[in-house]
Amino acid sequence: MMNTHTRSTDNQGYNYAYLDEQTKRMIRRALLKAVAIPGYQVPFGGREMPMPYGWGTGGVQLTAAVIGRDDILKVIDQGADDTTNAVSIRSFFQQVAGVNTTEVTTEATLIQTRHRIPETALQAGQILVYQVPIPEPLRFIEPRETETRKMHALEEYGIMHVKLYEDIARYGHIATAYAYPVRVNDRYIMDPSPIPKFDNPKMDMMPALQLFGAGREKRIYAIPPYTRVTSLDFEDHPFEVQQWDEPCDICGATDSFLDEVVTDDQGSRVFICSDTDYCRQQLEKQA
Amino acid sequence: MNQHTLPIAGETVMAPQEMTVNIQEQPLLSVQNLSKLYAPGKGFTEVSFDLYPGEVLGIVGESGSGKSTLLQAISGRLAPDEGEVLYLRGSAGSQLEQVVSLYRMAESQRRQLLRTDWGVVHQHPLDGLRPRVSAGGNIGERLMAVGQRHYGNIREQALQWLQDVEIPADRIDDMPVTFSGGMQQRLQIARNLVTHPRLIFMDEPTGGLDVSVQARLLDLLRRLVSELGLAVIIVTHDLAVARLLAHRLMVMKQSRVVETGLTDQVLDDPQHPYTQLLVSSVLQS
Repeated sequence: MMNTHTRSTDNQGYNYAYLDEQTKRMIRRALLKAVAIPGYQVPFGGREMPMPYGWGTGGVQLTAAVIGRDDILKVIDQGADDTTNAVSIRSFFQQVAGVNTTEVTTEATLIQTRHRIPETALQAGQILVYQVPIPEPLRFIEPRETETRKMHALEEYGIMHVKLYEDIARYGHIATAYAYPVRVNDRYIMDPSPIPKFDNPKMDMMPALQLFGAGREKRIYAIPPYTRVTSLDFEDHPFEVQQWDEPCDICGATDSFLDEVVTDDQGSRVFICSDTDYCRQQLEKQA
Repeated sequence: MNQHTLPIAGETVMAPQEMTVNIQEQPLLSVQNLSKLYAPGKGFTEVSFDLYPGEVLGIVGESGSGKSTLLQAISGRLAPDEGEVLYLRGSAGSQLEQVVSLYRMAESQRRQLLRTDWGVVHQHPLDGLRPRVSAGGNIGERLMAVGQRHYGNIREQALQWLQDVEIPADRIDDMPVTFSGGMQQRLQIARNLVTHPRLIFMDEPTGGLDVSVQARLLDLLRRLVSELGLAVIIVTHDLAVARLLAHRLMVMKQSRVVETGLTDQVLDDPQHPYTQLLVSSVLQS
């Protein structure tokens, strides 16, 4: 939220960072409220963006509202810097905001992400922007929005455990592996966006500011730095993260989230880090 | 004690269990001059009564007389226009007992009351159940809502309650939509009773069930009411159900209570012309 002068970038004819200043102010006001009430979903006037819903319109609007010329932007999609969505959003902001970009987690001041939290621990001063498809964690059990809002307001969250109960009854363990519900600051239940539950512990007491934007549903929520984030569980079925039997096929890391990649028509497969920056760092260390 | 019972589908009909009400005891629920009118004659007006712990009150009357609206208002789901609903909160006889006004307390407290101390049994079981959640999850929901976080314990209690309402234990992971109407209704009852409520509201609990299933459900209700010492307010248009379950009756017509009294007294010696009509309309075998 540093540099927000109203001036168009060199050759675009667009306002700085694409959105007009009034819209950015509106989003920043919603962000202030979201930071003040950790985990609470704040409605905002989501705009049409030059991309389809589901491709990160919420995240892009948040990034546009907080980005400044001094920022260094990193964009990841499923952990990778080199996927279509990440590459296009990165070049979008290069053009409309004139910012420097990076693939190195530690160099970035602003990271927009889809479905992952970087493996490298984030630092104070960094901002992590999540793209959120469905912000309402209670929806799958209670479809009425009027009712879920009331349940949030009155802190009636027993139903969230019903979902976990059903998992255990059906599969013998909590089978929810992504978008695993969390409780923020001992108050609001929040959908952490479809990150793997492997990443849930990273949200707890994170020094960086975490912002969540849902473009289609027009909701913003946030976790301020150093906020308690706990994953829901049962006493006799405690929260656990995924584990793999083998290390990353490229860098040999055993502590990162691995993607399974099929390599030929015979069904051969390898496991590799989903965080491309982390994988590269591990390789460089070995070199 | 009761000679003039209305017969039900070949079942041996018994009178409601004898009940001792201590006169010094405070009423569990006290309804005072309660009114809710959507339009003149639509809703209910100036209803007052007391309900004591362990008592079963039947509300009878024809369709459109305001029974269901009244039930909604006294069970905290519909704010009345006027009047008070007072509830004696806290365990019986303990120091913590206090009278609270249903519509003056915070909404969060009212809803908390509804899912712990109270229960609501809907006429259509799927209104009161989560159709896409297993039977066990349906029963366990209230337990989890009051903070139980041990899966094993929750499941054990769910199994116990399934047994209590005569649903086979191996149906615990089945969805309510796969249950028969009678089983759904019993599941709904189990779901309400799991937190050991003191007061249950029932809206036509036997509506839409065939007579033999009805009879079994009534047997079950009678057993649970006497074993658990539940206070019940039951709305029905079926006088046979009222006679079987209720200790006391309130007869409603066109938004007003026209007659109240002990069940057998009202049914055997009706005073108000409408009650007389109602009683005489029942098919005699």
